[in-house]
Amino acid sequence: MRTWITDEPIDVSDVLSSVGSDADGAALLFLGTVREQNEGRPVQGMRYDAYAGMAASVLSEIAGEAGERAGTDRISVVHRTGELQIGDVSVAIAVSSPHRAEAFDAARYVIEQIKLRLPVWKHEHYTDGSAEWLDGATPPAPAAESAAVPAPGTVKP
Amino acid sequence: MRIQLLLFALYRDLTGVSELDVQVPDGATAGVALADLRARDARFGRLPERPVIAINREYALLDAPLADGDELALLPPVAGG
Repeated sequence: MRTWITDEPIDVSDVLSSVGSDADGAALLFLGTVREQNEGRPVQGMRYDAYAGMAASVLSEIAGEAGERAGTDRISVVHRTGELQIGDVSVAIAVSSPHRAEAFDAARYVIEQIKLRLPVWKHEHYTDGSAEWLDGATPPAPAAESAAVPAPGTVKP
Repeated sequence: MRIQLLLFALYRDLTGVSELDVQVPDGATAGVALADLRARDARFGRLPERPVIAINREYALLDAPLADGDELALLPPVAGG
């Protein structure tokens, strides 16, 4: 399991070759890339900002959960920050597993959870010179402290 | 007590603040600390009343208590990927 946040270009073959084992019959690489338009507006490029310290631990949690669901610990995930151009890779996810279904499932889980809860933001620059923060997802609220709401019957007199 | 306040992305642009060492009432929850800040500093009035927050780099609820030296981050809706 390997997860990191980087402001350097992502070497995708390195990400893919970091997974795989003799037990695995499937290896999968997913890339997220910057596209040339968003909702009809021509895009010049994108800046990704992150809460770096927190993003590193959330990414590691997400990969751990995906590995648990899919039954593999061969997962690598890297997310880019900084200025990106059209076509640049913003996220790379590699998974290997004995069979294909688990690898697809794990990679899908990782990208969906990244979109839901990784503390990263996109500042999109358009060809007309304007720029804006993209609308994002509101991460799920954490469960209330269990001490604050004792389960019935557990409160001592 | 003092805490370290961190703002990101849109919230940074709205307030002009990225990082601030602030005094908050002893024993305050995150929500109370934010209300206190809002009352003292107009820049924070531009933020939503109930932003998503993290305390010491973990998502937290606004009614979570703060301790001296905590890192409180205000997080706009996230957009990774």
